Amino acid sequence: MTDLTTEFTPYASLAGGVLIGLGSVLLMATHGRIMGATGILSGVFTTTGVNRHWRIALLLGMFTGPWVYFAIFGGLPDITATVSRPLMALGGLIVGVGVTLGAGCTSGHGVCGMARLSPRSIAATLTFMLFTGITVFVLRHVLGG
Amino acid sequence: MTKTLMAFLSGILFGTGISLSGMANPAKVVNFFDIAGAWDPSLMFVMGGALVVAFVGYRLVFRMPKPFMESTFHVPTNRVIDRKLLGGAAIFGIGWGIAGFCPGGALPVVGTLNADVLVFMGALLVGVLATTTISAQLAKQGE
Repeated sequence: MTDLTTEFTPYASLAGGVLIGLGSVLLMATHGRIMGATGILSGVFTTTGVNRHWRIALLLGMFTGPWVYFAIFGGLPDITATVSRPLMALGGLIVGVGVTLGAGCTSGHGVCGMARLSPRSIAATLTFMLFTGITVFVLRHVLGG
Repeated sequence: MTKTLMAFLSGILFGTGISLSGMANPAKVVNFFDIAGAWDPSLMFVMGGALVVAFVGYRLVFRMPKPFMESTFHVPTNRVIDRKLLGGAAIFGIGWGIAGFCPGGALPVVGTLNADVLVFMGALLVGVLATTTISAQLAKQGE
């Protein structure tokens, strides 16, 4: 069986979380907007004019993030897929349907909505965390192994 | 101009944070949920750090009558927990468990042109646009 373990990185993860929080607060303080990846991404396609401009600027900033990381640490962040490309595509498609119906994902509901104590976001976050856990358990321990 | 720059800066903070946190790495994300196997609790620290900062920061921001560069806050006011919300969240969870990427984790690293991320984001866009189009059609028929 292949080694699936990953290094426990409490400090880097905590620092990353703090930056995610700061970015969300800055966007709310200046634009009064939720830092939700789903809404920002779909908004690029469904809005026009000024409402589209800030979303594009935000996206370009996001794309710059890994290169800021590169400038500091001398390498890009580690990205290791755990499934084949067809399964990756299937996962992406399912996520796209789910976040549109559920009106949010880990950033919008999980961070911004939870921080506002929104009952919808708390319910959505508990639900998707539960279903992600079940899916990983089934893939790893029931089907795979 | 300053407004666009502030959106760009927010994106850089978010994108750098995602890169540093491990949220852009499916191996780490899946292991966070694999409590019965190769458990890696790192993502608890990501969520913890982000939530504490956003919780305190939002409280300070919401003391202002309006954001610095807009006339009002654009915050969702819907408080109804319905089947669509929970069903959508459940579907999202299944996809997240398969791919190991969530939209916020994958979006910044699109900038690295990593092939797995591009496959994930391409499929995600198809899912988002198809669902948006079909929902709009159904809403029209319902009128």
